[in-house]
Amino acid sequence: MNNRLYGNLIFELSHPGRKGYSLPANQFGSFSTSQLPETLLRKKDAELPECDELTVVRHYTNLSHNNFGVNDGFYPLGSCTMKYNPVINEEIAARPEFTAIHPLQPEYTCEGSSAVAAELRRMLSEITGLADFTLNPMAGAHGELTGLMIIRSYHESRGDNARTKVIIPDSAHGTNPASAAVCGLEVVEVKSLADGTVDVDDLRRLVAENQGTIAAMMMTNPNTLGLFERSIPEIAELIHAEGGLMYYDGANLNPMLGACRPGDMGFDVMHINLHKTFSTPHGGGGPGSGPVGVRSGLEQFFPTVGAFNGNFGVYIKALVYILTIGRENIKMVGPLATLNANYIKERLKDVYELPIDSVCKHEFVFNGLKDKSTGVTTMDVAKRLLDYGYHAPTIYFPLLFHESLMIEPTENESKETIDGFIEVMRCIAEEAKEDPEMVKSAPHTTPIGRVDDVLAAKHPVVTYKQLISCADTNA
Amino acid sequence: MAKIEPGLYYSESHEYVRVEGNIGIIGISDYAQHALGNVVYVDMPETDDEITAGEDFGAVESVKAASDLIAPVSGTVVEVNEALEDQPELINQDAYGEGWIIKVELSDKSELDALMDGAAYEEHCNNE
Repeated sequence: MNNRLYGNLIFELSHPGRKGYSLPANQFGSFSTSQLPETLLRKKDAELPECDELTVVRHYTNLSHNNFGVNDGFYPLGSCTMKYNPVINEEIAARPEFTAIHPLQPEYTCEGSSAVAAELRRMLSEITGLADFTLNPMAGAHGELTGLMIIRSYHESRGDNARTKVIIPDSAHGTNPASAAVCGLEVVEVKSLADGTVDVDDLRRLVAENQGTIAAMMMTNPNTLGLFERSIPEIAELIHAEGGLMYYDGANLNPMLGACRPGDMGFDVMHINLHKTFSTPHGGGGPGSGPVGVRSGLEQFFPTVGAFNGNFGVYIKALVYILTIGRENIKMVGPLATLNANYIKERLKDVYELPIDSVCKHEFVFNGLKDKSTGVTTMDVAKRLLDYGYHAPTIYFPLLFHESLMIEPTENESKETIDGFIEVMRCIAEEAKEDPEMVKSAPHTTPIGRVDDVLAAKHPVVTYKQLISCADTNA
Repeated sequence: MAKIEPGLYYSESHEYVRVEGNIGIIGISDYAQHALGNVVYVDMPETDDEITAGEDFGAVESVKAASDLIAPVSGTVVEVNEALEDQPELINQDAYGEGWIIKVELSDKSELDALMDGAAYEEHCNNE
């Protein structure tokens, strides 16, 4: 709970002239800022908040209490793989041998760091069955864009400039069509079957209709419903015969660890989210890293998509994770994540609607509560979970169902944690019947209650000045 | 339950066309607005733009999702519903009336034959 003073905005705590520092006497007394050229002078005040140090510390400590991360509790955010970030990752990455180097210093003075990059590339290649990786991309979607740029360059190098279309399943992450559009490619959507996997007949029709223009097909496996795409060999053969390349969206790589490799399935290009599968921090606490791997023969098309070598600190942490777990144990990651997801699914499917009832991989999707008569929606369930101290699952994605609620527990969680979550989910289903209004107005125990998301989307207030002007208008 | 207005033409992707002479008034169905939830933004074409059946001509953004608008028919845009710029919620309140999105001059009336009538559309929604 926020302190009623320090929980206010830092601007509201500000007092003119108050400060948290004292500077030594001015040694340049004869010099005045008015002597600076006009162009270098500020036209108006910076309007920064002015506070003493203790107020600043208390304010931000109060704010931090409103945060929720993997270290606070269970975080079943589907499709995001919110793994625990082991402390040893941070310790190693914080060593001065890594933090006190500069990207512009001569390479022979930081060979250890180059070795970290080379070692990680080698391991990612072995884990995925691809020839080589670039560690340059800064995050997953950046990796997708990089991968598509590689695919474009490959086609262009052969003088095959008509290949401007990318086939993407209707269950795909929204980043897939977005990356294709940014890369100047056109999206062709392929339908899913009732069982949630790609409709190969529809794909065959699309391939025939778009002959000679298909650059690639992007696939996520397991897909966003957490289902293993069983027709990959057939799909890869179809796309390759047409002259296109197969792109693997590595967002859901976690359950594949130790079980199978995208390279062996016929994928030519892929990205990995180190901040998902390889335990580096994820979300607002990033930064992320989205290495892109290619099959042999495509390495020459790696583009430079960022300054220097990408997010170096992130890939130290990923390498530490791989080395800490080791070759044998990493094979347990996928199966354990899969077991946890299936356990939750089976224990909840009598009270939540499971639209596709089959064995899932690391995550699965409910279509809201089974009993729709109460009017309690997926949004309400997600909000009510906050009252019990859980991060909400991913909601209203994928778009294949109206009330999607997507749960991904990861392999990290103990049976007690998972049982506790199941109990709360069942309790909310019960509350929805007994007191639907209470669930619909949740959360009740968080510092901020139910927000007006329509107003927030239409009239976002994101700065103090906007807040002041809103208050003036309403006064 | 979602309202389905008889006398309109419906597409599989939940747009409707109300035909008045040679003009088609296009919007999204009550079923679609219900599924999308509160609409917060509508991305619309401009007057004189050409739209082609089966291709997107804009998007509807709700608190839950952003969804492409797929043209049920081809034609030239003669009017867009400017009221939606400030009040996108009209789509939720009155999808078939004040929540209309664009008016087009139909370039090929036979395209209407490929669309569903109210009864067929109701069946389509029940199968979703």
